[in-house]
Amino acid sequence: MTKTRLPSPLRAASCLPLGLALGVALLAAPAGAEEIRIGFLSQTPEPPPSVSSPDEPAADDGLAGAVLAVADSNTTGKFLNQSFVLDPVEVAPDGDAAAALRELAARGDRFIVVDAPGATVAALTKLPEAAGRLLLNANAPDDSLRGAACAANLLHVAPSRAMLADALAQYLVKKRWPRWFLVTGRRPEDALFADAVRRAAKRFGGQIVAEKTWTAESDVNRTAEAEIPVFTQAKSYDVLIVADEVGEFGDYLSYRTADPRPVAGTQGLVPTVWHRTHEQWGAAQLQSRFKAAAKRPMTARDHNDWTAIRVVGEAAARSRSADPDALIAFIQSPDFSMSAFRGAPLSLRSWDGQLRQPVLLAADRSLVSVSPQEGFLHPRTELDTLGYDQPETLCKNRGQKKP
Amino acid sequence: MNVANVAPAIRLAATLLPALMGLCVASGAVAQTIYVSNEKDNTLSVIDGKTMAVTDTIKVGKRPRGITLSKDGTQLFICASDDHAVQVLDLATKKLVHNLPSGEDPEQFALSPDGKSLFIANEDSNIVTVVDVPSRKVAFQVDVGVEPEGMDVSPDGRWGVNTSETTSMVHWIDMEKRAVVDNTLVGPRPRYAQFTKDGSQLWVSSEIGGTVSVIDSATRKVQKVVDFHIKGIAKDRIQPVGVKLTDDGRYAFVALGPANHVAVVDAKSFEVKDYLLVGRRVWQMALTPDQKTLYTTNGVSGDVSVIDVDSLKVTKSVKVGRYPWGVAVKG
Repeated sequence: MTKTRLPSPLRAASCLPLGLALGVALLAAPAGAEEIRIGFLSQTPEPPPSVSSPDEPAADDGLAGAVLAVADSNTTGKFLNQSFVLDPVEVAPDGDAAAALRELAARGDRFIVVDAPGATVAALTKLPEAAGRLLLNANAPDDSLRGAACAANLLHVAPSRAMLADALAQYLVKKRWPRWFLVTGRRPEDALFADAVRRAAKRFGGQIVAEKTWTAESDVNRTAEAEIPVFTQAKSYDVLIVADEVGEFGDYLSYRTADPRPVAGTQGLVPTVWHRTHEQWGAAQLQSRFKAAAKRPMTARDHNDWTAIRVVGEAAARSRSADPDALIAFIQSPDFSMSAFRGAPLSLRSWDGQLRQPVLLAADRSLVSVSPQEGFLHPRTELDTLGYDQPETLCKNRGQKKP
Repeated sequence: MNVANVAPAIRLAATLLPALMGLCVASGAVAQTIYVSNEKDNTLSVIDGKTMAVTDTIKVGKRPRGITLSKDGTQLFICASDDHAVQVLDLATKKLVHNLPSGEDPEQFALSPDGKSLFIANEDSNIVTVVDVPSRKVAFQVDVGVEPEGMDVSPDGRWGVNTSETTSMVHWIDMEKRAVVDNTLVGPRPRYAQFTKDGSQLWVSSEIGGTVSVIDSATRKVQKVVDFHIKGIAKDRIQPVGVKLTDDGRYAFVALGPANHVAVVDAKSFEVKDYLLVGRRVWQMALTPDQKTLYTTNGVSGDVSVIDVDSLKVTKSVKVGRYPWGVAVKG
């Protein structure tokens, strides 16, 4: 097992840039406060060697969001006699995630934020040690985790691929750019994103007029100018939608297509939970609070982890309880909702445990729009126009009946 | 925009009832000037209350948000959020005369009834700073919840209250003890707080909760939650921000943000009487001293709506700068 452990439980630890903020909040916590421990299990897959990204992710990508959320929750907690403790464990790409979860369980953590690939999440929910705990999936977008592989002890803070694709599709349809050229990478997750785009096209009146798979093995950095104009020759379309989750070639499409067309999907105009240019609905405050603590802008991964911790923090404040059983029940009740700086309040879909939420559409240096788009209606909340709605769910393991 | 904008004149009137109240009405012809802070232009728009024309645009500090008149009405305090200062504008000369210490990222503030203490919410540092206005010094600071925002001071000067957006609480600051002594949990993302004229209730808006909580000041418990429903507008677009209560206890006006309406609430029965269509993303409001006119800032459409309180009709909109935020009326 090659596992790097961060100091735990992470209290006012000064080893992290956020230690100071966290320390202040904890110092202010009254003596004898009720403690709420939140495990944080993270695993970052190694990027394939073919990817040359100019933006190296920060070492604390994700964790910094969780640390800030614990500090925020403690600031509130000091008025309610509640104190939150983050218990982070980092699992190496080839490490033993099950052992990490067992360790968190042995420490008594009833809430475990899992910031890991979908396969890891699926395996963890089945462990006997995961029973009776609440796992919060903060990173994996796999629709299968919300569908056939759903679990009673698993909630999804990160939006699913279907939600991301629907958010993008609504905007393109609203713009009257409904004819799409779908370009899919060679990895399994790219095929899943492409499936979500096809589903979205059907739902909102888009049309996939051409499809191609990118299989080139050569270094795209050197060959893009020659290869992409040829590769992108297709019949008339409005937008090229790319499915390239690891970022192998998608960034090279813009400005090199045969026809002058915009690029959207995993590169170009991207659906995301967070973006550094987002400032509406009080987001400017969270951006500056995060930047002051972490010395860098908040990423979507940071934000998902922030939200996952805040789900627990908000439930504790609202129900004025630190009892894990009471909190687990409250989070999944219709009374639970929380603010996350994207306008509409977030709440949980009872049928698959997915957090319903608005999705941002962002270009590199500007926020383009926020979905759901006006005009896409739903009798419950417009947020349920994104992703799998109750009648469509494939989840059978959460005790929900189809209506 | 804040309760303290209109409060000094009104509270004075209250102590000299009813003769002065009559005088206020009689002097309604006196020219009124409306000041509006434009968050994204770093300016103030000055509107002539008679002609409803913008007569001047004054350059101020970065990202001006909350504004409030000094007790004597000669100065305007401006939260210049990105300059981390409260600027003081002399209204006669239209010149910035000095800054008050404010702490980080001041957003909203409230002036104590005696005009001497300014309560400032420091949104980025989870602190309320209380400034002694005459000496221009920080009197004290109090730790509050995450993202402090709404501020008010009770008419008797006993309480300073602050709402914190991410903590979703009202923090009750005891002025004598200079400390938070109680907290009231309200709906998610509380934005604005205003005491009734007699101080018996505190009205607090919750932007994400979509509600207004009416809190009994004596017990500091929520006694009523007001809900809003507008036909054809999704529930999650109804996001209450500014609240204005009329002195006669008749109405509460609630700005509903991206729902582009102001709700008129019967302040006694707590029933919503009407929804008035105004500009896009209505934010803050101010009543004239004679209580006959209500002004609203509409952030996205960049204008100010004028509401006639007697007829409950929107009579005009006045184009101002980008992202108008605060509004104050000098009678």
